[in-house]
Amino acid sequence: MTPIIELRDFKKTYKTGEIEVHAVRGVNLTVAAGEFVAVMGASGSGKSTLMNTIGCLDRPTSGAYLLDGVNIGRLERDDLADLRNQKIGFVFQGFNLLSRTSASENVELPMLYRRPAIPARDQRRRALEALTKVGLGQRGDHTPNQLSGGQQQRVAIARALVNHPKLLLADEPTGNLDSRTSIEIMGIFQELNQMGMTIVMVTHELDVARFAKRMVIMRDGRVVTDQAVEGMSIAQVELARLDAEQKAVNLAP
Amino acid sequence: MIIFASIRLALRALRRNLLRTLLTMLGIIIGVAAVISVVSIGNGAKKQVEAQIATLGQNVILVLSGNVTRGGFSMGFGTAGTLTQPDLEAIRKEVEGVVGASPEVRANSQLAYGNQNANVQVSGVSADYLDIRAWPLKSGDNFTEQDVRGATKVAIIGQTTRKTLFGDGDAVGQTIRIKNAPFVIVGELAPKGMNMMGSDQDDIVLVPFSSALKRLAGGTSFRSISVQAADAKLLPGVQHDIDDLLRQRHKIQEGRDPDFLIRTQQEISNLATSTSRVLTVLLGSVAGVSLVVGGIGIMNIMLVSVTERTREIGVRLAIGARTRDIMMQFLFEAIALSVIGGVIGIGLGAWVSGQLSGVMGSPTVVAANSILIAFGSSALIGIVFGYFPALKAARLDPIEALRFE
Ligand SMILES: Nc1ncnc2c1ncn2[C@@H]1O[C@H](COP(=O)(O)OP(=O)(O)OP(=O)(O)O)[C@@H](O)[C@H]1O
Ligand SMILES: [Mg+2]
Repeated sequence: MTPIIELRDFKKTYKTGEIEVHAVRGVNLTVAAGEFVAVMGASGSGKSTLMNTIGCLDRPTSGAYLLDGVNIGRLERDDLADLRNQKIGFVFQGFNLLSRTSASENVELPMLYRRPAIPARDQRRRALEALTKVGLGQRGDHTPNQLSGGQQQRVAIARALVNHPKLLLADEPTGNLDSRTSIEIMGIFQELNQMGMTIVMVTHELDVARFAKRMVIMRDGRVVTDQAVEGMSIAQVELARLDAEQKAVNLAP
Repeated sequence: MIIFASIRLALRALRRNLLRTLLTMLGIIIGVAAVISVVSIGNGAKKQVEAQIATLGQNVILVLSGNVTRGGFSMGFGTAGTLTQPDLEAIRKEVEGVVGASPEVRANSQLAYGNQNANVQVSGVSADYLDIRAWPLKSGDNFTEQDVRGATKVAIIGQTTRKTLFGDGDAVGQTIRIKNAPFVIVGELAPKGMNMMGSDQDDIVLVPFSSALKRLAGGTSFRSISVQAADAKLLPGVQHDIDDLLRQRHKIQEGRDPDFLIRTQQEISNLATSTSRVLTVLLGSVAGVSLVVGGIGIMNIMLVSVTERTREIGVRLAIGARTRDIMMQFLFEAIALSVIGGVIGIGLGAWVSGQLSGVMGSPTVVAANSILIAFGSSALIGIVFGYFPALKAARLDPIEALRFE
């Protein structure tokens, strides 16, 4: 079976004037359908650069990247846009929802750019479905500033899922969230992964990375560790533990 | 993305910042309103002049006496009377296609009826003058060829003069004194209104030109002759023939300036409208400049908006918007700004020209084509001044746009 992601000696070099920054210096990475990968590493190690390429937001300086068997090195800007629209769902650290725009309209956004066009009625129905999947079926009319951080990230996840992508990419999805909501978001990721969604996520926290099945660690633009997660965390279990801990100090009822 | 979705998106974005939207539109609103009202004033003036030219009569050529410098034609006519009765007879008899010709002899005269006095323009004309000018009688009769030949003391009175002298009473059959000579009023003219110089054409008394020459003006020459052709198609020929005839009769050498001037209605109307046209073009271009300024305002705000919404653009690009989609979104926003502003401006302009027409006491005409042009040019301004900001938005790099603070 074709892997979803196949990077062959992927390099990315940024040129700012005279200075060349080697953000990624040769990465070979294959991710098969149904995997849940956590990418870790120190700041500046090239994680975001790697994710941007995987997400077809950028092209490799050298090496090849095959997304679902398609070499994106040869594609034009608009072809990449179509590919992102159809195959990839993005979840960002800062949620990046459109302000003063309702949750359901935010979720509808990727369908606006879908070709061929989706009828308006189907758009509304699918947005509601996606919101229900992340537990926000009742909050479709709320705007981002009426929602908590965790709820905003759920809306962002619903937006990422609405076009039924093959790959879910998340760059520090829990970066702005407290530990409880982080676990809840990881719970959603694990649930999606169980249903077959391939997920690649960048995180700084080992606790968060432990919800994934596989861990890739980068240093100075190279992969230094690539291994299965031993003793993978289960969201429900972690939540129960957190509840117990919080009850002990009267933080939770 | 379909166009309809782009429009909806644009309108929603504009509604989100209502105050800014209105302020940005203001430039276009004022520009379009200015253009519409200026052009409507110009149109009104032109309509008015055309209507007045039409009151001169149909297919009329005016022969003016005197040495009038070319191009310096004044509506006051030349003073030196060089046209004579033999000239008139010759035009009538020798020029083909002429159906009528009437001289005009003017004399500002003191009128009296009972104890009522008036100082009125008395015009000496021939019997076909009323036909030439298509000026019907309200009551009574025209004077006749006999009256002209015999220099009879008969007169036809205009409505304004009649009111001055007779109030609501009947004028026909009464005798008035013109420069102390008694004239019998045989007819009463229908009202004609103001002429293009704004003077009252109904403040007039018509008498046979022979009587005017003999009793009122003195001398033997006319200041002008109105000639009517049978058909508009004959006008150039008639004009040419009169020119030939009079040059010959007045013994004007080839290449010399004649002592008369021939004007067709079209020429008179062109002269009369050219001033107002120049003014309209001038004011119109000033108004047009304000439209462009409005366009620059739109461009300015769109550039600010693109910068403000860089992250939004980044998100849209990341989730699959094509370059064209972003381009369309911002272009439609600019077009919506200018077109909505334009429509409001058209409404405001129509209202303003209505008010102006009241204030100035002259008509204004908001023509359909000036509305179309205003609408089209505001749409064009949206496209032209929205293009650059939209291009800037569409060319953003998704990664950089997402990282934008
Ligand atoms: N557009 C760019 N132009 C120049 N250099 C860049 C650009 N983007 C990234 N870099 C550089 O590439 C290197 C890798 O950056 P990257 O953002 O991938 O790191 P990261 O692992 O995501 O870091 P963090 O954990 O802080 O997000 C850094 O040294 C960074 O300065
Ligand atoms: Mg990063």
